[in-house]
Amino acid sequence: MTLLTGSDRTPEIERLDAEAVNSAKVRQPLYAPRKKIFPKRASGSFRRFKWLIMLVTLGIYYVTPWLRWDRGPYAPDQAVLIDIANRRFYFFFIEIWPQEFIYVAGLLVMAGVGLFLITSTVGRAWCGYTCPQTVWVDLFLVVERAIEGERNTRIKLDAAPYSLDKIVKRVAKHAIWIVIAVATGGAWIFYFADAPTLLVDVVTGHAAPIAYITVAVLTATTYVFGGLMREQVCTYMCPWPRIQAAMLDEHSLTVTYNDWRGEPRSRHAKKAAAAGNIVGDCVDCNACVAVCPMGIDIRDGQQLECITCALCIDACDSVMDKVGKERGLISYATLSDYNANMGIATAAGAKPIDPRLVRGENGRLSDGIAHFHLRKIFRPRTFVYFGAWALIGVVLLTALLSRDRLQVNVLHDRNPQFVTLSDGSIRNGYTVKLLNMIAEPRTIVVSIDGLPGAVMSATGIDQPEGRSMAIPVEPDRLRTIKVFVTQPLDQIDGTSQSFRFVVEDKSSFETDTYTANFYAPEKR
Amino acid sequence: MSKKDIDEVSGIETTGHEWDGIKELNNPLPRWWVWTFYATIVWAIGYMIFYPAVPLINSATPGLLGYSSRGEVRAELDAAELAKGDYVAAIREKDLAEIMADDTLRQFTTAAGAAAFKVNCIQCHGSGAQGSPGYPNLNDDEWLWGGDIDAIHQTIAHGIRFAGDADTRLSEMPAYGEILQPEEIRQVAAYVVSLTGTPSNAALAEAGATVFADNCAACHGDDAAGNRDLGAPNLADAIWLYGSSEADIAQQIRAPKHGAMPAWSTRLGDATVKELAVYVHSLGGGE
Repeated sequence: MTLLTGSDRTPEIERLDAEAVNSAKVRQPLYAPRKKIFPKRASGSFRRFKWLIMLVTLGIYYVTPWLRWDRGPYAPDQAVLIDIANRRFYFFFIEIWPQEFIYVAGLLVMAGVGLFLITSTVGRAWCGYTCPQTVWVDLFLVVERAIEGERNTRIKLDAAPYSLDKIVKRVAKHAIWIVIAVATGGAWIFYFADAPTLLVDVVTGHAAPIAYITVAVLTATTYVFGGLMREQVCTYMCPWPRIQAAMLDEHSLTVTYNDWRGEPRSRHAKKAAAAGNIVGDCVDCNACVAVCPMGIDIRDGQQLECITCALCIDACDSVMDKVGKERGLISYATLSDYNANMGIATAAGAKPIDPRLVRGENGRLSDGIAHFHLRKIFRPRTFVYFGAWALIGVVLLTALLSRDRLQVNVLHDRNPQFVTLSDGSIRNGYTVKLLNMIAEPRTIVVSIDGLPGAVMSATGIDQPEGRSMAIPVEPDRLRTIKVFVTQPLDQIDGTSQSFRFVVEDKSSFETDTYTANFYAPEKR
Repeated sequence: MSKKDIDEVSGIETTGHEWDGIKELNNPLPRWWVWTFYATIVWAIGYMIFYPAVPLINSATPGLLGYSSRGEVRAELDAAELAKGDYVAAIREKDLAEIMADDTLRQFTTAAGAAAFKVNCIQCHGSGAQGSPGYPNLNDDEWLWGGDIDAIHQTIAHGIRFAGDADTRLSEMPAYGEILQPEEIRQVAAYVVSLTGTPSNAALAEAGATVFADNCAACHGDDAAGNRDLGAPNLADAIWLYGSSEADIAQQIRAPKHGAMPAWSTRLGDATVKELAVYVHSLGGGE
């Protein structure tokens, strides 16, 4: 660190001896061990925004399983519950049966298309702000800074031989990390069972082994991914950075080093300017490198490693404030704006970068500089993404609001297909499944529609033979009954007759039907 | 190695192996890979100690944990047996009426009976209990020896015309080929067909009525509705065990075939016979 004062007269800018360990220019060989990254704390509006997002996302994660939602006496009162044992998924007012998993699949498709939309407008916002990997690494770094100190102290501590002080700090850091990891894994299991009950069970050692195994696995992954592997997860393990490149175009916002006004960079700007050299805005303080959690130098241009967390923007802006230059040497910019400005700075590519060309008479950035405008969000690609996203959403919502909560499924007996009774009439057997998909007991009336003269009976149902039967079904359950349908010989019309099973809830007027076949032998 | 051989182009150490001037670079494996490899070696040693591993002549080393896949199957079977133990005990202790009255127990018994049926009964009665010529269809409502749960149980437990059981169902129809004239057999066959269908010759059937009253009504009844005490089938319905044509009927009068079924109580035990009875009763014809 060098404090520049005196002859240069630049305000005190901390020159950081930071090396971009994952620099695009100096690729590490794959066989080399990882070089550690010690991100410096950034401060500024993006950092504040990220704290807020961390608070909100972690809040959602930890609080959700504890929200209650009254569904009456026959269903759990947990607002969000994935009840694997009973094969039900509860989400506030929505209850999903396994065969309705299409809604969850649809939501996942929406999440995918939504991610396309977000990426094509504001770049890798998911990676930089809301990805759990980013959020937890941020959280782990807070702990690391609190115990081991700021960047330089951490580097020194890391290089120092093991002493009591180092051991205490390291143990404390890893212990807190593990506590966070246990809390992370611990919160996950509450989505799968009644949270208050499970908490007591887990603490008293009465929970199912799978609960402890899940906590253990998630503790391990949180600790290893968030504490130890960090940026390597994004660079080497995650497929998303590679896929994301396909969503970006020249109008997508990405974190950009505006070298059209920054280059040629100089540590001694005034001296260089006095010597008649061209001088850009970049004072080469390395603040952007020091804060980068991915260990890259944004000034090398767009890189796969960059998760667009925007911390380098905060770091650079505060330096620009100190040196009295406009903010935005590193900024969110689109490729098209960047190219336009680069065109100005290089006189359409004829010259090396001359940042004087982008400045007006008064030394301020000229009005001709391209800036991001909100209307650039509205372009065919984003319309297509939004259209697909909204369409799936509308279809899902419509389907959800109009879905049946009373259903019937019928399986015809295959062996034997039909039975001749002593009076010559023909009987067919059916397995009828009545689905009462609401959390209230119901009496479902099953009746035959069509098939003249036919009557039915059901095993285990003590009701006289007839054209309809009232079957009580427990709340939120499927009831299977064996139904025998008998048709007199003289009314049989062919070897296969089509008819319908109609089910109806007389109190809510919900109905459902199932078209079945009635088989008979050929008449002799 | 005494001296490191460095590749000039890449600056990486070589292994010292050379083929026609081509040298192999000594790029080490990633450390995580190497350590995973070492961990699997340690795991393998532990596995050999604790689990059956080294093949010997007749078996393998048993391993400290005493694990065997057969033992695992045995434990699972024991657990399954234990899980249904209460039900099986209840089936053994309760009588059929009690089983039928208890909804849960009846369902369990029916399912158990279905399984036992597939092992013991489908050879004759068919996989859907639909029967075949000479083997009754158990789905319909025609019962030779009675269709209530107790009668079905009695038939399964003691068999039909089974020499080894004193309580077996027993009856025999005489061979009328030796008693009646061929013409009379044709007449009575035509008469029996006329009860439910159209005989080939109405005059023949009319004459058969007298023959029937004289020879057959004693067992099959005046109205030919049969007699379940004797296992005499109902001849006035649509169900025929040995065929419904006049020729089939005449053949059965001339030299009747008699079905036989073994007694199952001694083979399968009391509980399984009850299960079978409940299952057969549930097929749709139970009374």
